[in-house]
Amino acid sequence: MSTITLKVNGASHTVEVEPATPLLYVLRNDLGLEGPRFGCGLGQCGACTVIINGVATRSCVTPTSAVKSEVTTLEGLSAGGRLHPLQQAWIDEQVPQCGFCQNGQIMTAKALLDRNPHPTDAQIREGMARTLCRCMTYYRVQAAIKRVAGGRV
Amino acid sequence: MSSRREFLTTSGALIVSFSAARIAGPLGLAAQAAGPYPDPDFRQLDSWIVIHEDNTATFFVGKTDCGQCTGTAFRQMMADELDIAYDKTTCVMGSTHNTVDQGGSGGSDAIQTDGWPMRRVAAEARRVLLDMAGTHFGVPADALTVSAAVVSVKADPSKRVTYGELIGGKKFHVALTGANIDATTGAAKVKPVQELKIVGQSPQRYDIPAKVNGTQKWAVGVKPAGLLHARNVKPPVAGATLASIDESSVQKLPGFVKVVSKGNYVAVVCEREEQAINAARQLKVKWDKPATAALPASEDLFKYMRGAAPTSSSNPIVVGNPDPAFASAAKVVEADYDIPFQGHTAIGPAHATADPSNGQLTVYSNDMKSYGMRNGIATFLKIPRDQVRVVWMEGPQGYGRTAADDAGFEAAYLAKELGRPVRVQWMRNEETAWDTKAPAFACTLRGGLDAQGNLVAFDYLARAADYNHLGYNEADTVLIAQLMGTRRAKPASGSAAAPSEMYAIPNRRMAMHVVSLPLVWETPVRTGNLRDPNGPQSTFASESFIDELAAAANADPVAFRLKLLTASTADDSGFKRARSIAVVKAAAELYGWDTRPSPRPRQSGNILTGRGIAYAFRGQTVVAEIAEVEVNRATGRVWVKRLVCAHDCGLVINPEGLKRTIECGMLHSISRALYEEVQFDTEKVTSVDWVSSPTLTHADAPAKIDVVLVNGDPNPGRPDLPHYGAGETVCKPMLAAVANAIFDATGVRLRRVPFRDARVLAALKAARV
Repeated sequence: MSTITLKVNGASHTVEVEPATPLLYVLRNDLGLEGPRFGCGLGQCGACTVIINGVATRSCVTPTSAVKSEVTTLEGLSAGGRLHPLQQAWIDEQVPQCGFCQNGQIMTAKALLDRNPHPTDAQIREGMARTLCRCMTYYRVQAAIKRVAGGRV
Repeated sequence: MSSRREFLTTSGALIVSFSAARIAGPLGLAAQAAGPYPDPDFRQLDSWIVIHEDNTATFFVGKTDCGQCTGTAFRQMMADELDIAYDKTTCVMGSTHNTVDQGGSGGSDAIQTDGWPMRRVAAEARRVLLDMAGTHFGVPADALTVSAAVVSVKADPSKRVTYGELIGGKKFHVALTGANIDATTGAAKVKPVQELKIVGQSPQRYDIPAKVNGTQKWAVGVKPAGLLHARNVKPPVAGATLASIDESSVQKLPGFVKVVSKGNYVAVVCEREEQAINAARQLKVKWDKPATAALPASEDLFKYMRGAAPTSSSNPIVVGNPDPAFASAAKVVEADYDIPFQGHTAIGPAHATADPSNGQLTVYSNDMKSYGMRNGIATFLKIPRDQVRVVWMEGPQGYGRTAADDAGFEAAYLAKELGRPVRVQWMRNEETAWDTKAPAFACTLRGGLDAQGNLVAFDYLARAADYNHLGYNEADTVLIAQLMGTRRAKPASGSAAAPSEMYAIPNRRMAMHVVSLPLVWETPVRTGNLRDPNGPQSTFASESFIDELAAAANADPVAFRLKLLTASTADDSGFKRARSIAVVKAAAELYGWDTRPSPRPRQSGNILTGRGIAYAFRGQTVVAEIAEVEVNRATGRVWVKRLVCAHDCGLVINPEGLKRTIECGMLHSISRALYEEVQFDTEKVTSVDWVSSPTLTHADAPAKIDVVLVNGDPNPGRPDLPHYGAGETVCKPMLAAVANAIFDATGVRLRRVPFRDARVLAALKAARV
């Protein structure tokens, strides 16, 4: 066990875990954050996505000891009770079905738009392609991203 | 004492409980209740509706919502009958201790079947409240009017009283009648369609905000005090027998609590989640392989299925005299269609948490049939039903008999063994390999055309690999019961489906057989219901073949179908046929269908475009779907660029919610058309992650989807227009629509699902396209 200090959504937390513990389990089980979710544990689906240094990062394959910068989770997007424009667009477009993967959809979209505020349709498809949804909400996810990119939120 | 009764009798907590129900769903209520958990009485109005002092209402319904707008729709229907504003209502669903057993989800019956008792009990509550208001004002009930939960005297509108003032915080104590839950009714009648005001609007789904802002409470996140984490150690091959476990391989690992094993079931339990994952990987287990091969390899599956002796055969459905009609036909066409096993493959692997506190057992699960899970677990563990409850919570998609069933039983067993709360979480490879599958189908179709191109004879023969089809939450077929050796002796017979179109074909024969794999117990290749269990398979074959017949008759695919739907017949199917014609025409019109035979004339360049139509019934719901595809001649990649759906499910409760469900259902079937196949060698499933089990991605999303909601009822304005089911019907025709579009684009007919790039490219090359 090691003592590791993490900054998550603006607050510092100290946890006692094995250094190799995937960040996902620390976020969920020690910090009580339910935004990031276990989908594959292999970095293939994106359900566990958080943002570190502006990069959409798969927390299920990120050792906790390797995290050196602040972590933002889905909960952190609406800090202060104000929804992020992407979250509002998700509601306006009525995107989710079961919603289990939507953490990854929203967090991946945020990193995409932070990098490229006005992506083309092809850039949205490419940027989101490795974030899976088994309810198949892709069409509405893309519509919601376009709402934000087009300033329609 | 149920939590609902608790907050009825604790009036000071009414507002708090109401908010908890709105925000936290069942968990906020569940945390208070210590059991036992007797069944809520469906013949008591108080089991369904609670009116609060602040003039709001909570509806308690025995259904689960898998994110398809059913909860929102229930509120609309019940609010409309009760005469209360939609936003003054909440809905509590799916937990066995505080809602009546309406079966959870299944069969797309939520609105179609369960909506009726909900409407009737809400109408009864309105009637009772009007009676109470009549007593209050000293006037007969028919001298009153009600709007937005406020009753007023027609002759003197200044005399008004709210529902909350009449009964808020108190019980109705009104008995209902009905032989069963579906038949539950009071004395009041439901409103005619024309008087429904909230039904037909599209309030936003109430479950969405929490799903996008991170506050949603999921079954996967429940953490009772003292929670332990378990991981299964599954047999490495189908039919393996446990020889020995070397517990010393994990005993010194941090957080280790216990290895639990019985028969061939093995699990490792640890204090922390990552510890359980690690310990399950490190546990040394010796297994003996079965003496004979458990499976045909997936590349040999269809040859195996066509050669196997059926375990059961249904009586053929025969119309007219098919054999003489084939003998005299001018042209006979025959084709085989193959559809592999396809999995649920949920985005979040199966999970459940069980808590044995207070001598009771509470299971937190996203299983869509929570009521069946409760009964099954009580039977499996041999504990009284009223000591078990299942708290239903949100989770990854559940479109049928998923491994959520299995995980629920495993968590319950482990919690009982350890005497502490236990959370079971399947890993990705377990989910993808061991989840229940939709059965594989091998179909042979034959059609006879006369000299004028009329379809005069039709033969459909299906063989489904569906022996030992698993039911829901059965104590003697769930995976842990199989592995422990407490399974039933006789497998369920399974079934194969017939096509569900309404074509008037004078001579027709449909024969269905079930075949068995060599091993049907303790195998990852196990079948269970997946989103219209057999419809996508049978409809892929039948609606592809109708297209082949249209091409053989040099006829336009829409015109060929409409001709079959307008042909005179002696049977009594006019109602369904009229609605079939309505959706086929509506889809063609919305798409801008140009009438011509398929395939379209040969195209130059690498991108070949084409369009295909298919249609199907499910119950009384009928859909026609058109896919427009681009086929890349150089790579074999297929992109479904545009989708059109004409959908008739009678009275629509929430049009925008329904459209989302239709869109996603169609895309699910496109994923099945283009990517999904469970692959295996002779002893194990080799599809174990998202690389070996590909799915549709963002890169495949259509550029445009158009949905038109049709009311094709011959008497569209009837006051009793039924609300039929929606959800699964749209999954049926999509595979055929895509195949038909590929044929239109390329002239190549794909008869084996899925249409992955390599298969398409090989077919194009073989046909020199």
